[in-house]
Amino acid sequence: MTPKVRRSCSDGTTPTGVATMKAIVRVMPKPGVLDPQGKAIARALGHLGFEGIGEVRAGKLIEVELATADAEAARQAAAAMAEALLANTVIESFSVEIA
Amino acid sequence: MRAGITIFPGINRERDMAIAFRKVTGKPPRMLWHQETDLSGLDLIVIPGGFSFGDYLRAGAMAAHSPIMGAIRRHAERGGYVLGACNGFQILTEAGLLPGALLRNASLRFLSMDCHLRVERTDTVFTGHYQRGQVFRAPLAHGDGNYSADEATLDRLEGEGLVAFRYATEDGHLAPEGNLNGSARAIAGIFSGNLRILGLMPHAEDRVDPLVGGTDGLPLFEGLAAALAA
Repeated sequence: MTPKVRRSCSDGTTPTGVATMKAIVRVMPKPGVLDPQGKAIARALGHLGFEGIGEVRAGKLIEVELATADAEAARQAAAAMAEALLANTVIESFSVEIA
Repeated sequence: MRAGITIFPGINRERDMAIAFRKVTGKPPRMLWHQETDLSGLDLIVIPGGFSFGDYLRAGAMAAHSPIMGAIRRHAERGGYVLGACNGFQILTEAGLLPGALLRNASLRFLSMDCHLRVERTDTVFTGHYQRGQVFRAPLAHGDGNYSADEATLDRLEGEGLVAFRYATEDGHLAPEGNLNGSARAIAGIFSGNLRILGLMPHAEDRVDPLVGGTDGLPLFEGLAAALAA
């Protein structure tokens, strides 16, 4: 049986030895933008008996593996991706974390 | 009028659009695969409804960056006409060709039913065959049709007369029971600043034949055919 090819190694390199970093892009509805999913989650939590539920907001987390060893370059690239596609900045805000 | 209808993977209303345009022009519109970039000779580009690219990330987000959208952007910059219905409206907002965004329906439910639309402006190529204030029925079928924009944008749209249609009751009143998806200011469709781009959520193209429930949507297509007759 052929072993599964791993997409990246635990030391931050691809199997071919290219350095990689992971950008974690967090996308959230902007304050004031209606978030019906968050509202529905809050209601459901209440129905389950959880008490003291305040506002719930639901967003997305997107991980992008990048072939670079430069954290600042990775951050800038991920921010550009978020502006261009990952977030709709009319209704969503985003933040980038490099891991 | 030479119309072209864009096809993205996951689109499903392109044939309905083609039927509507063939009905008013007598000839089949050109069908455009999403990787095409030559729109020469076309007066109107139509982006139909459906679920382009499976609505991945956000409805319309992937299609908004496909090769044909660059060509549609240039077509629009040249003053070309663009119509986007349902997913087409979502794609136009994602591409920045129309302002605002379409959020999940306020009810969180996918809605598939008739709505009543009130015509807000008639001096455009799209709405010239309706009467101002006229109410007509059209089907809607979407999960993300809740029009949203910041207050300044909404004020600008209203101030500049760029609201094309609003959700209304059958007798033309704006009321929560008529605004099925919870859209800001009951907005169902908007024009671009030059009135050459229209985006709307409901499917006028599915109400052009008595056989399928009426012809309330036909004036949109007849108006276009008359205004863009060449």
